[in-house]
Amino acid sequence: MLRDARLIAARDLRIEMRSKVATWQVLPFAFLSLILFAFAIGPDPTLLKQTSPGLFWLSLLFASVLGTQRSLSIEGDGATREATRLLGIDPAGIFLGKTIALLIELAALEIVLLGGVLVFFHTQVSNWPLLISSLILAPIGLASASVIYGSVTTGLRSTATLLPLLVLPVLAPLLIAGARCFSVATGSRGNSAEWLGILAVFAGIYVLLGIVLYGPLEES
Amino acid sequence: MTRRQLTKWVGVVSLAAAIADVWLGLWVTPPDVNQGDLVRLVYIHPALAWVALYLAFGVAAICSILYLWPRTRSFTMDRIAAASVEVGVVFTVLTLITGSIWGRPTWGVWWTWDARLTSTALLAVMFIGYLALRRVPSDPHVRARRCAIAAIIAAIDVPIVHFSVVWWQTLHQGATVLNPNLTPTIHGIMAWTLLLSFLAFTGIFVWMLLVRFDMAVLEDAGVDDGLESALIDRRAEGSSS
Repeated sequence: MLRDARLIAARDLRIEMRSKVATWQVLPFAFLSLILFAFAIGPDPTLLKQTSPGLFWLSLLFASVLGTQRSLSIEGDGATREATRLLGIDPAGIFLGKTIALLIELAALEIVLLGGVLVFFHTQVSNWPLLISSLILAPIGLASASVIYGSVTTGLRSTATLLPLLVLPVLAPLLIAGARCFSVATGSRGNSAEWLGILAVFAGIYVLLGIVLYGPLEES
Repeated sequence: MTRRQLTKWVGVVSLAAAIADVWLGLWVTPPDVNQGDLVRLVYIHPALAWVALYLAFGVAAICSILYLWPRTRSFTMDRIAAASVEVGVVFTVLTLITGSIWGRPTWGVWWTWDARLTSTALLAVMFIGYLALRRVPSDPHVRARRCAIAAIIAAIDVPIVHFSVVWWQTLHQGATVLNPNLTPTIHGIMAWTLLLSFLAFTGIFVWMLLVRFDMAVLEDAGVDDGLESALIDRRAEGSSS
């Protein structure tokens, strides 16, 4: 399973390196949404600082939907899904591989967005270990749930509208816990251990569900 | 007794129980010491929540798992799950509306970002997504499989809704009947009326489920018949030309 996962992740990342869709479309979109949120809120530095955790996570979530659609369109192109199945690759391996590839893309998104928040929203981080832990844990759940729902909507006529409707409510617990961790890491009071725990539990649940349910999803 | 008769009798008995519940709730039970007449919403709201969160989405999750399990896979499971989600969404929305009506005079607002309210609203949106997925035209097997997976993932929110009042200690009161100690905090005629409301709404859920299931069978048969008659027409066109 892990060998298959590595193969699929390498394939997805190689396609991304060649096409550069995430680099030239998803990343600028994430940055643009962050800027637009700032326009909507206004130039008040205190208000921008207070809202920066929520805006960071919302921008990441919206951009991740685009990233997921891109990632799953690879499977939809031609008969890639059928061809991969014919190769005898373990469905759980496909799920893990696509999740790992999306996770790496999300990490790049996080770095760009974090830079944007630090510079444009005047945010100062006081607890880096907490922030980094949350930025590692949350995308695991985010990528897993996105890959499952991306596969659920692949090949349907209204994938573009259906995917956000299905996946965003499922990602809401990660948004809440991630934003709380960000708040605490940037100086607010709160129980960071509890929110990190929630991120870890949801990441575990979504990875487990993906491994179990991806097989039935891939059936012909 | 045929299925049609059973459905009819479930409906009649449930309606009678609901009327008795309204009579007991509005005229027989006393007002609460602290909440006054507002307490009468307790004879509707918890029973609606019970049907929506536990019964409807529980049935949907179990039937979805049974559909995915190769040995128990059948369209009956898929149709029961779909019918249950439809009824569950209606009951969830009613739960939110009745909760909001109670919240305005008690908390002073129609809506507050309480953990239970938020998680219930999220659950409603997740299952609305399920219904949207179901309406997208695709192969029946593919649709059933994808919907089953969506239902299982959405059902994860049900325990979060239930334990939210314990985990986060927010504005919404704790469970009156299904609390962690399993010691109901309601007694006498009020407790019996509450129990009757649970039975009445459970009956209404079963009736709606049976009716919606029969409709789903007819819809699928209609699609098959439509295809069949279209094929016959096409063949007739071919042979006449």
